[in-house]
Amino acid sequence: METFITYLKVFITGGILCFIAQLLIEFTKLTPARILVIYVVAGVVLAALGIYPYIAEFGQAGASVPLTGFGYSLAKGVMKAVDEKGLLGAFTGGLTSTSGGIAAAVFFGYLVALIFKPGDKS
Amino acid sequence: MAVKRIGSSTIKFANPPSIAAWATIVGKKEGEGPLAGCFDYISEDNTFGQKTWEKAESHIQLMAVQKALEKAQLSPNQIDYILAGDLLNQCIGSTYALRDLGMPLLGLYGACSTMAESIAIASMIVDGGFASRCATVTSSHYCSAERQFRFPLDYGGQRPQSAQWTVTGSGALIIEELGDGPYITHATVGVIQDLGVTDSNNMGAAMAPAAAHTLRAFLEDTAMPPEKLGLVLTGDLGKVGSENLLQLLSMDGIDIEPYYNDCGLMIFDDKQDVHAGGSGCACSALVLAGKILPEIKGGKLDSVIFMATGALMSPTSVQQGESIPGIAHLVRISRQKGDE
Repeated sequence: METFITYLKVFITGGILCFIAQLLIEFTKLTPARILVIYVVAGVVLAALGIYPYIAEFGQAGASVPLTGFGYSLAKGVMKAVDEKGLLGAFTGGLTSTSGGIAAAVFFGYLVALIFKPGDKS
Repeated sequence: MAVKRIGSSTIKFANPPSIAAWATIVGKKEGEGPLAGCFDYISEDNTFGQKTWEKAESHIQLMAVQKALEKAQLSPNQIDYILAGDLLNQCIGSTYALRDLGMPLLGLYGACSTMAESIAIASMIVDGGFASRCATVTSSHYCSAERQFRFPLDYGGQRPQSAQWTVTGSGALIIEELGDGPYITHATVGVIQDLGVTDSNNMGAAMAPAAAHTLRAFLEDTAMPPEKLGLVLTGDLGKVGSENLLQLLSMDGIDIEPYYNDCGLMIFDDKQDVHAGGSGCACSALVLAGKILPEIKGGKLDSVIFMATGALMSPTSVQQGESIPGIAHLVRISRQKGDE
């Protein structure tokens, strides 16, 4: 039962984040790329304001997988690196903490592009 | 002395050229649409066996020209000029399609108005005594248009509800000096109209003013009452653009609604989930050549005012914040040579 509740929280959090994005696609002129950027920035802002940790604790993967989670990871990395190295950390911290995610995205994107060809949506 | 002009903008051909043959080649979605039975060839595979979408578009265009020649029982060297255009950068859809045919080429750009533009100019060339036979062809392809105007398909983006679906296909005509019709009796070349529309998801609104302007000019120049127009057919104004056009015309007291239709609304079914309707150079070419010309030849329709509309922007101009200029070219095609 507890695992079920956990999965439910994950599903709801991820679902709400994606639902907001779909609303943006349907009702605004924002391109998908702009929406993704807004999400990353939103994650950074919510992390800076100290709000995202609560969302992350509640939603777990549902908060870390959508791109707001990436922004959160960036922000956390910067804050940690600044604590350790001072101003230099503002530059090095973000990429360090998200390096795994970025490398995975490049690698798997490349793999998929090797295996699949885009269809023509017919 | 411009003896064949009437009024301010319209040409009335002294010897209306005749359309000898037409051909239509389409892709999968068009072949599943309401006009499927009208087309010469439907491909289940939108690559048409080619390695890139651009090559596929060129292949479709070549097929259309060859089919039209076959139907007219002509060989390429019997065509004096071919007038061709498409949506791709530098019109490579057309240039690569036609490079081995050996026909004198007049390349055109009119965006989605290319079919009407090419018919107008070809008719001027034939009626002016500069050629006995011309061919006109245009094409578009959903996948190459996406790469051209929006993102390559590999990007995997989602289409908004207001987007139009670029038609995959090509339409070709053979126009000659002597024949049994259908005849091209008039042509009105359009003037760019730009009312400041910047929304590239609402091209219909950008092009409707141009269509209204050209039709108004034709009606003033010919003094033709709306009831004598036959079918008034626009290229791809779509749902919103069509409504805009009817509104603009009614503000001038012109009511064409009983005789009006739009190719973008005819080529696809609502069930095909194309959102706001069909678009692309081939949209108007396919409906004209697939449905309308056979109906005129067969006696079911007397005449058509064919007005293909084009949006004359580029991805760069849109990104730079520019508005979308529209244009509409008009040709009148009739069963008879005269005004009867």
